[in-house]
Amino acid sequence: MRGFGAFSQVVAVAVFNLRNIPRRLGSSLTAVVGIAGVVAVMVGVLSIAEGIMRTMERSAAPNNVIVLRSGATTEMMSGFGGDSVRLINEAPGIARTEQGLLSSPELFVIINLPKKSTGTDANVPLRGVTPTAFAVRDRFSMVEGRRFRPGLNEVIVGVGAADEFAGLDVGSSVTVSREQWPVVGIFEAGGGLAESEIWVDAAVLQQAYRRGNSYQSVVARLDSGSEFQDFKDALTTNPQLNVKPMREADYYIAQSSTLYRVITGIGTAIAIVMGLGAVFGALNTMYTAVSERRQEIATLRALGFSSGPVVCSVLLESLVLALIGGAIGALLAWLAFDGFRAATMNWGSFSQVTFAFDVNFPLLVRGITFATVIGLIGGLFPAIHAARQPIANALRAL
Amino acid sequence: MKYLAFIWSNLRRSKTRTALTMLSVMAAFVLFGYLTAIRTAFGQGIEVAGLDRLIVRHRVSIIQLLNETMERDIERIEGVADATHLTWFGGVYQKPSNFFAQIPVKPEEYLRMFPELLLDDAEKQAWLKTRAGAVIGRGLAERFGWKVGDRVPIRSGIWSRKDGSDVWEFDIVGIYDVAEKGVDDTQMLFHYDFLEESRQWGSGLVGWYVVRIEDPQHAAEIAAAIDDEFANAPIQTKTEPEGAFAQGFANQIGDIGLIMAGIVSAVFFTILLVTGNTMAHAVRERTNEFAVLKAIGFTDRAVLGLVLGESVFLAVMGGGMGLALAWFVVSLGDPSGGALPGFYIPGRDLVVGLVLVLALALAAGIVPALQARRLRIADALRR
Repeated sequence: MRGFGAFSQVVAVAVFNLRNIPRRLGSSLTAVVGIAGVVAVMVGVLSIAEGIMRTMERSAAPNNVIVLRSGATTEMMSGFGGDSVRLINEAPGIARTEQGLLSSPELFVIINLPKKSTGTDANVPLRGVTPTAFAVRDRFSMVEGRRFRPGLNEVIVGVGAADEFAGLDVGSSVTVSREQWPVVGIFEAGGGLAESEIWVDAAVLQQAYRRGNSYQSVVARLDSGSEFQDFKDALTTNPQLNVKPMREADYYIAQSSTLYRVITGIGTAIAIVMGLGAVFGALNTMYTAVSERRQEIATLRALGFSSGPVVCSVLLESLVLALIGGAIGALLAWLAFDGFRAATMNWGSFSQVTFAFDVNFPLLVRGITFATVIGLIGGLFPAIHAARQPIANALRAL
Repeated sequence: MKYLAFIWSNLRRSKTRTALTMLSVMAAFVLFGYLTAIRTAFGQGIEVAGLDRLIVRHRVSIIQLLNETMERDIERIEGVADATHLTWFGGVYQKPSNFFAQIPVKPEEYLRMFPELLLDDAEKQAWLKTRAGAVIGRGLAERFGWKVGDRVPIRSGIWSRKDGSDVWEFDIVGIYDVAEKGVDDTQMLFHYDFLEESRQWGSGLVGWYVVRIEDPQHAAEIAAAIDDEFANAPIQTKTEPEGAFAQGFANQIGDIGLIMAGIVSAVFFTILLVTGNTMAHAVRERTNEFAVLKAIGFTDRAVLGLVLGESVFLAVMGGGMGLALAWFVVSLGDPSGGALPGFYIPGRDLVVGLVLVLALALAAGIVPALQARRLRIADALRR
């Protein structure tokens, strides 16, 4: 067998096997569909977690900080008076533009509105803001209607909230403490969390919720040259203040970490169990394939093919099936789930976050890698089994 | 039954194939069981909601507080047997991830309202006597290793004390058990009066009311009567049955049921293919044998039964093991390590699982079985 190297042996046997697949369509299809199902479900579930994470990442601007009462982990639990806001504004490093100091004191409460999909009440975030709020968030833009007029009880609604909850179209109104607040506009915020919220003038919200001159958070933009640490030190060392500043990015990651962990954990557990099922299915397919080809394999080996190429060819067939399955599954998940909009409870803020499922490239790679692992395991044992069969016995069965 | 040995030896003919098929069926049912537990945990409280209990909350949202004095007004409404208030304390033990429910309550009213919480009489008396006393659920006690006599500091994100501190210390005086699986055993309950006398702000304000009604049939009318009572008051309410409240809360997480049904059907479709393919293969392989069986006098129906029997055997063994394994895994605890109370497989879902096992067996076996039945002796033997 000189001149007929191991590689060409592998190729010869593999091509021969692959061309045979249509004859064993039933069992090959089973393996492909099984693996496609696993990959589709895994990518689908994990894309929920990715979507939530992406929303959180888009909520944070690089130079932004958020200041809460110390001890509070969320805006909802936080709270301080207007005098604290004044002291926070005196801290070094806050950027200033022609519109003034880029520091936005805000209020954060929730109101119940029915979810369109279920008709049952959901905790929708309602944020009270001052005009600077629009300046510290640079990807803010109105997509319909106009902004609320200062001092009037008008609200504007994020696109996510308008999609997900009933009664938030321009022209309708929300009921807060026996008053009707008309919706006058719909806004986008670069895909961030704010798109799940309803915004109203802070002064209106203070009055409706009897909050006096108090706020729950301050969102500020720092000068690009200044240090977060200096800003933080100035606030935490001020004896008149009892607040905790955080980088916006850190704050939002912390807000969603529980949700991300739970969904990723559940998604992984499901993928592992389904993957095991698919491994069993693939093993079955490959054992069947090998047993149906006992004589062929024995004949090849009698002709002088060594066992290496036989093992490789079986593995290769299994891998090809797995990759086809993985690719179909990934494609299906992408078609079915990418961009699908939904809302869930963000435990961090005890309110709804609307997001789009995010089937991103790394996730597709993960899905196909998983399929490859299933294919490898599913092919390995049958391959070894095939190579170990005594030639004489197999040929005798002819 | 006399064919059982026959079925068994046929399954043993290709041990690998039988084992692999059983294992893939098993994987499907492990997943089914596990997803059921996840759904139950997310829909916490729906399964065990009291039919005769209503929840009264602020109309705008549950985070807005109600007045302590509303209890009297609610109890005056016809059809209302009892009412008690609860409040959200929003605390954590040592670090934010050690999050669980702490609820300031009126102890006697609370225990009367929730008879599914079982508290030893001596511990109950101790609780009534101890101002800073708290009782905790068995699940919570296990999570943090707390015992009666421990003093635990809880940092509240909402309530600060009059001295400005937000750390409250509680003496654990009792551990309650639950009468039924699914009832939350991860709460800490303590005296509302203890909160009331020490809190810096919000005196006289409570979170929500739980109301017991005399006749569950009139739940809707009584709920409406309660909301009417406060229609013109400074605080308006929204009242709904406990089950609807729990369902609404579960819906906030998302349509877990739908997502779960999607995953389970994808899995079952796959397993159906695997098992169906195995059965078809087994029948094709044995065409000759079936013909021989028929030739020696087996009826068509008996042959059909033999094939279906194999399929049922595979599904029942695989599915049974899968459900048992799921039960075992779920009983080890929830994936988040104690943050998901009510993580278990309800009996009803076990029955659904068994029905699915049989459906799978029939669906996978019926086509090959019909083929085997239709087999004509002469044709088959000629092959």
